[in-house]
Amino acid sequence: MGIITNQGILDKLNARFPNAMLEVSEPKGLLTITTDRETLPKIVAYLKEDASLAFRFLTDITGVHYPEQELPLGVVCHLQSMALNRRIRLKAFLPLNNPRISTLTHLFPGANWMERETYDFFGIIFEGHPDLRRILNMDDMVAFPMRKEFPLEDPNRRDKNDDFFGR
Amino acid sequence: MTTFLEDSEQRDITTLNLGPTHPATHGVFQNILKMDGERIVSADPTIGYIHRAFEKIAEHRPFYQITPLTDRLNYCSAPINNMGWHMTVEKMLGLELPKRVDYMRVIVMELSRIADHLICNGILGVDSGAYSGFLYLFEEREKIYDIFEEICGARLTTNIGRIGGFERDFSEKAFDRIRQFIKEFPPVMKDFENLFNRNRIFIDRCTGVSPITVEQALGYSWTGPLLRAAGLDYDVRVLEPYSSYEDFEFEVPVGTSGDCYDRFIVRNEEIWQSLRIIEQAMEKLKKEPEGVFHADVPEYYLPPKQEVYNNMEALIYHFKIVMGEVENPATEVYHAVEGANGELGFYLITDGGRSPFRLHFRRPSFINYQAFPDLIVGGLLSDAILTMSSMNVIAGELDA
Amino acid sequence: MKPEKARERGKKMSDIQLVDAPAGVEGSGFFATRLDKAVGLARSHSLWPLPFATSCCGIEFMATMGANYDIARFGSERPSFSPRQADLLMVMGTIAKKMGPVLRQVYLQMAEPRWVMAVGACASSGGIFDTYSVLQGIDEVIPVDVYVPGCPPRPEAIIDGLMRVQELVRNESVRRRGSEEYKELMAKYGIQ
Repeated sequence: MGIITNQGILDKLNARFPNAMLEVSEPKGLLTITTDRETLPKIVAYLKEDASLAFRFLTDITGVHYPEQELPLGVVCHLQSMALNRRIRLKAFLPLNNPRISTLTHLFPGANWMERETYDFFGIIFEGHPDLRRILNMDDMVAFPMRKEFPLEDPNRRDKNDDFFGR
Repeated sequence: MTTFLEDSEQRDITTLNLGPTHPATHGVFQNILKMDGERIVSADPTIGYIHRAFEKIAEHRPFYQITPLTDRLNYCSAPINNMGWHMTVEKMLGLELPKRVDYMRVIVMELSRIADHLICNGILGVDSGAYSGFLYLFEEREKIYDIFEEICGARLTTNIGRIGGFERDFSEKAFDRIRQFIKEFPPVMKDFENLFNRNRIFIDRCTGVSPITVEQALGYSWTGPLLRAAGLDYDVRVLEPYSSYEDFEFEVPVGTSGDCYDRFIVRNEEIWQSLRIIEQAMEKLKKEPEGVFHADVPEYYLPPKQEVYNNMEALIYHFKIVMGEVENPATEVYHAVEGANGELGFYLITDGGRSPFRLHFRRPSFINYQAFPDLIVGGLLSDAILTMSSMNVIAGELDA
Repeated sequence: MKPEKARERGKKMSDIQLVDAPAGVEGSGFFATRLDKAVGLARSHSLWPLPFATSCCGIEFMATMGANYDIARFGSERPSFSPRQADLLMVMGTIAKKMGPVLRQVYLQMAEPRWVMAVGACASSGGIFDTYSVLQGIDEVIPVDVYVPGCPPRPEAIIDGLMRVQELVRNESVRRRGSEEYKELMAKYGIQ
């Protein structure tokens, strides 16, 4: 297997999914592709199945929240191809009122808890997930704590007098 | 596995709540088990009992204040986390470090890998009914803590290093202690291996317990000793060398079946390899210029205190660093290090401000542990305990 | 072994320190003291701790149990993992809000007299984790007798904390647990 560069991977993806690469960058040498929510699972499946790419290792799935953007909630997943020794980062952005994207659990069983964690923190709903419940926070929590508007400190505390802290 | 499960007439399902305060679970994991006699029919794990919101805190702290948070991720090997975080920020800032700093980091990281594996294997012994190994190993672990104490002043949550290097050079005493450790540790480790490796009871107890294939392990995104025990030689230190790991010669041990025994042996072998790396690093340090313990980047590395009081520039840099006026690029970085439990990744998004816009930890314990229910179903309850301790799930890393 | 060395070692072995008897009246064939003191003496040197270890401090507790520090020297020979047979609840590590009810349950399951030791900054005050998910000190759900500072405390500090609990136990009146004051304290935490 020859050495495939980031550009090579991108060419293959462009050929397979024309016009789906909304934004491509390479921060610190890691190929980063922004796409839409319909295409992201397809790209992941293609990257996994294609024999010459073989991105068979799901490193991580997480979320990110940009309150100013039109599509504020992002899903970020990192894949790795051990054969090529390359990583790739895929992103898709979702609207706040309907943050849905289809699950990756049928491709990688390990995506299960990563997606639950992302749901727990950001409220992103992974359609088709076998068991989408909160994982780290308490079940009766209603807010999604990693969204930017959620305060870090417990707002119900009364033992702290902010006058002394200059806040 | 057995006819017991299929034989419907004899089935009598009991629900058993294991944890979150069960002593054999070493931390806080809850498992609601459905039991058929002593066999586990299904398991439903609940985690999050020490969820501390690391990622949320990190968004409110300047970069240099996040190091203490990483300490408390996998507290059994805090220095690896510290170094991983420093390297992430250095990658973000584009800093190049002198070789001597890299080698010092390697020493610290490998020492803490040994400490972590010692805990895991010692506890595996305790859980399989052999308490003596634990006592052997904990004495040696104290010596590693003594070294850390000499280097940075703390034992467990070390907060070693700064962005750009170390806060101070290793003292002569620290080097002495490391040399002494390399000399005195191998006989004890040998004793420990003699106690366990060919011990009939231990082998019978551990072989064939929760085996896993490479494909399954990859599917679960396993990394570290667990994946290597299953038979794949994936090691971040080799594939994506950081901190000059490419200069060292070491082997990556692999197992065949991925069961508890293989994990135990792989960890033991990694301890020997870590010792080898430390020995090489000590040799390499001799050739490097003495007294270099940080990169020459005054705009990111805190100046010494007497400089701050006597030197205008140092004062300005000190103020800028502490107040977070340092210029950071707006970018995103993923940096992975080989933690004691697997690939420990830091995904950092910056917007140029004083603290991360988003920081996500890829925590190996969290990702490894999700395979736990599938591993224990069909097995005995006592094997489930063994499986858990051989997976070395650290609650702090699991729940973040 | 040389004979003098053996003798030296033998001397060392017999050089075990015994606890001083409490103040009392002594005569030929009898010794009288207050019941409180006798009970306190016995209790304080046979505290069975329940290690409620959740995070980092738990690892330091393991070091305290290990050969170098050996908490067994202080009468805590047997860590009791069942709350029913424990005297001292040692809470080590962060207690998240999810864990709070569990901790309280464990405390309620313990039989009187019971003591509680909060080991480390997190158990004492929430520590560096001033967040939405962490309980800001276990004294919000259960009464605490001794706080041990440190993040995590060194094994010496944990042993010091244990010795302070011993001090409390030794000097406690046998009537304390039935007193109005104690009932008030329990009522504050909603414990009957």
